[in-house]
Amino acid sequence: MTTMTGTTATAAAVGTGHTRVEGRAKVTGAARYAGEIPFAELAHGWLVLSTIARGRIRSVESGPVMSMPGILAVLHHGNAPRVTTDYTGLLGRPDPTVAVFQHDRVPCAGWPVALVVAETSEQAREAAAALVVRYDDEPHDVAFSAGRPGTYTPESSPRLQAETRKGDVEAELAASAVVVDAEYTTPEEHHTSLEPHAAMAHWDGGRLEVVDSNQGSRWVAEDLAQLFSLDPASVRVRSEHVGGAFGSKGVRPHQVCAVMAATVLHRPVRVVLTRRQMFSLVGYRSPTAQRVRLGADADGRLRAVDHQAQNLTSTVHEFVERSAAYGRVMYDADAHHTVDRVVALDVPTPTWMRAPGEAPGSFALESALDELAEKCGMDPIALRERNEPDRGPVSGLPFSSRNLLACFREGARRFGWADRDPRPGLRREGRWLLGTGTAAATFPSGVAPSTAAVTAEADGTFTVRITAADVGTGARTALTLIAADALHVAPEHIRMRIADSDFGQAMVAGGSMGTRSWAWAITTAAGELRERLALGGGIPPEGITVRSDTTEAVGALAMRERHSFGAQFAEVAVDVSSGEVRVRRMLGIFAAGRIVNPLTARSQFIGGMTWGLSMALHEEAVRDQASGALVGADLAGYHFAANADVPLIEADWVDDTDNDDPIGIKGIGEIGIVGAAAAIANAVWHATGVRHRHLPIRPDRVLLAVGGTGGAG
Amino acid sequence: MREFGYQRVFDVPDALAFGADPEARYLGGGTNLVDLMKTGVDRPALLVDVRELPLDRIEATDSGGLRIGATVTNSDLAAHPEVRRRYPALAQAVLAGASGQLRNMATVGGNLLQRTRCGYFTDSSQPCNKRIPGSGCPAIKGEHRNHAILGASEHCVAVHPSDMSVALAAFDAVVHYETADGPGELPLAEFYLPVGDTPHLETALPSGALITGITLPPAPVAADSRYRKVRERASYAFAIGSVAAALDVRDGAVREVRLAFGAVASRPWRAREAERVLTGGPATPHAFADAADTELAAAEVLPHNRYKVALVRNLVVAMLTELAEEAAR
Repeated sequence: MTTMTGTTATAAAVGTGHTRVEGRAKVTGAARYAGEIPFAELAHGWLVLSTIARGRIRSVESGPVMSMPGILAVLHHGNAPRVTTDYTGLLGRPDPTVAVFQHDRVPCAGWPVALVVAETSEQAREAAAALVVRYDDEPHDVAFSAGRPGTYTPESSPRLQAETRKGDVEAELAASAVVVDAEYTTPEEHHTSLEPHAAMAHWDGGRLEVVDSNQGSRWVAEDLAQLFSLDPASVRVRSEHVGGAFGSKGVRPHQVCAVMAATVLHRPVRVVLTRRQMFSLVGYRSPTAQRVRLGADADGRLRAVDHQAQNLTSTVHEFVERSAAYGRVMYDADAHHTVDRVVALDVPTPTWMRAPGEAPGSFALESALDELAEKCGMDPIALRERNEPDRGPVSGLPFSSRNLLACFREGARRFGWADRDPRPGLRREGRWLLGTGTAAATFPSGVAPSTAAVTAEADGTFTVRITAADVGTGARTALTLIAADALHVAPEHIRMRIADSDFGQAMVAGGSMGTRSWAWAITTAAGELRERLALGGGIPPEGITVRSDTTEAVGALAMRERHSFGAQFAEVAVDVSSGEVRVRRMLGIFAAGRIVNPLTARSQFIGGMTWGLSMALHEEAVRDQASGALVGADLAGYHFAANADVPLIEADWVDDTDNDDPIGIKGIGEIGIVGAAAAIANAVWHATGVRHRHLPIRPDRVLLAVGGTGGAG
Repeated sequence: MREFGYQRVFDVPDALAFGADPEARYLGGGTNLVDLMKTGVDRPALLVDVRELPLDRIEATDSGGLRIGATVTNSDLAAHPEVRRRYPALAQAVLAGASGQLRNMATVGGNLLQRTRCGYFTDSSQPCNKRIPGSGCPAIKGEHRNHAILGASEHCVAVHPSDMSVALAAFDAVVHYETADGPGELPLAEFYLPVGDTPHLETALPSGALITGITLPPAPVAADSRYRKVRERASYAFAIGSVAAALDVRDGAVREVRLAFGAVASRPWRAREAERVLTGGPATPHAFADAADTELAAAEVLPHNRYKVALVRNLVVAMLTELAEEAAR
């Protein structure tokens, strides 16, 4: 029996830097990931993927493979358990890609056609390589280009509008003194989380247990329950440590395969994806083709903003990369038109990838703003100041808080922007041309209902249970600080238990909404617990537990434009004789609500900015038109920034309080990316005088653009 | 992956005995071979680990050159004082490749025998004449941004990935090997076979031969040499174009010049035409450009790799100009 006395923290934990609570376990290797946790009697599944891009499976010749050493089963459309996709899950309708082995259709290269299960993963891998699958091949179409046949405007939902209109864009463009009309493209990009996807499934006394690597254990559990028509209470999914997710770690074929095989074989089965398989099976960011038209008066005031974006999706599921949504909150104009269109091709389904929509959309619009500033003879920051809205440009709703200009002011001061000569192509240092660029950033600040349980233990400590996910961001630590402050104790008194679907419904780690949503639930439960404890009396041996559910509170939140904002700055060096581009420094200043843990927050911002650098200069998956498959689908072929590419990056934030918001946290997982590629592209223009409207800005593009007029292809 | 045997050997005769099996592969650092085994591109039955062979020395030869053992690691090669002093471009080329960890593992012999990183070659679900003779070359009509502009054929347009070999080509290295029938040697210029219609046959090494080392003949010009590598990121990527260059200038005239290009052909490309044009002529940027153009006149570009012509030309001019300016100081 104990009381609260003596455990009251003297200082607030939130707002001061804390290393990760699981940091020691991770750096010593004690932290186990889903692919390496030992289980007795574990069997290993290996996926076989289609080598054609469209057609039908004629036969899966499993006979010869079944006689290979250690082989336990070959699952395919002819013998696999049935599943249903006729449901709407936490994040919408499921992508039928997860309903593996249900029919003989092959809608893309890299489609799962069989699972080989063996005593060891090496045996399964060898048999998977030996398995002969015969196909009836049909012509495929994977050619993505702007305005190609088949492009359509998807249906809007109340939450996600495909198209918005305000005023008469054509009339305003015609009346504009200055017009920018440019096309931008971004390539197919992949999450490539460091830890490949892995899941172990087994049945334990009528309960399905899954040990996974995901960004929402409850989400995965509910989807698996739906797919296999199970009582949700009979499915438990855990995901203790996650080595990166970025939108790719929801329900994916490997979990479904593991459950199928565990069901058929009555023993635990683990399925781990290879790096190459990840390029086909876990989603990716669609390539985009975007046209931006801006019309302005000579003084830079925008009369028209028109942003038309296009992405691809698969033939089995519609995913829309909402690039054009970016401008709806950023810049005011008399007339406004934004639309995201989509075309279905014989490719895997794309999905959310860190800053979906905002990452490619900001590249186009923030590049176009820079082009407009050039044409108006204005400073790019002054142009943005001139068009700063006081309400949502399309919605008309007030902003909960909007501190974009404060970010630019602080950023400009620290970057030395005032000394910048706006003329391009003037600064040389040896073989390098130097330039600087800037861009704005924004990302929605959403929140979703969550539940949490907080227990006052008899020994004076507290246990928090919430189905949060720490995908490597430091969420576990941030929530520990939140709980500590809410309970008025030091963080050392908090036991934070996460990533177990048995803990109840909670938001996934996604949309930069995790920490905000989970913190709300924890704070609510902790507050009630403190009230209970304040009544006096002791704590029984089983502790005192208070549960919270924020559904009602979240629903009562006033309608506002809720977003984080930021200003990105970059300095680049470009050798136009070799095509090499080096980023020399980056600075990001963000207005992103209350910062919970400055140490890990800075890491997230810097990580996001590095991602943006990578997007600007390196990342690109190339699809072979003849086979419909990716070429170089590994980390030798798919380049992202190496350490040597990443310069001094500074990230910081300005005060961004929102008195209307009970939690004040905005989420910082994605905004670091937004605008970073545009800032770099704008800096490359400033260095060389050449606009690069197609990412990545590769050496060949820089080389071939020399002497070009304006754009580079 | 296929189950395989593993045999560590401690002397060359043992290595040759085990290596005689056509399904055996010599294992150096394993930095390329093991990847290829994981992806099913190579499926040896036996790995003969040669790292313990007594071939890990770098020694001066009587003629004033260097002898480099086959199991010398890339890291040791790049750090060796005599390599850095006499053949700086070689040290720079090695350091431009891979990462510190990989260079600590990779060996000189293995580096010579690296396979191309063509994305079709490394994907066993794709056709590839190098992997499956006669299956076709999808790169020619497909993705070939980093493919060959010189010496390719309609059967294969892949490029050799080694940086080290480019510097070795510039300095007339000779590859030494042992076979069951006795030792042999191949000048680097003859070590890699022309592509022709046999892209799967990459070197002139006899079957089962074990590379024991390379020799570098004396080359005073090499003391003023350098290597520049351009790639799609600042580090840890294969070249999209590279140049090893050495220049000896007296009174404004080129006495001797060495030029070799990387990432433009199925083998390191010694630019003998350019060297011939330059030798005895003026050491001016204009002459350097003309020489590069002469060499690159033979280039056959594909739709997405024509930038390489400009890239290599620009590198040649920039590097030779720099070397000439330094010589003039």
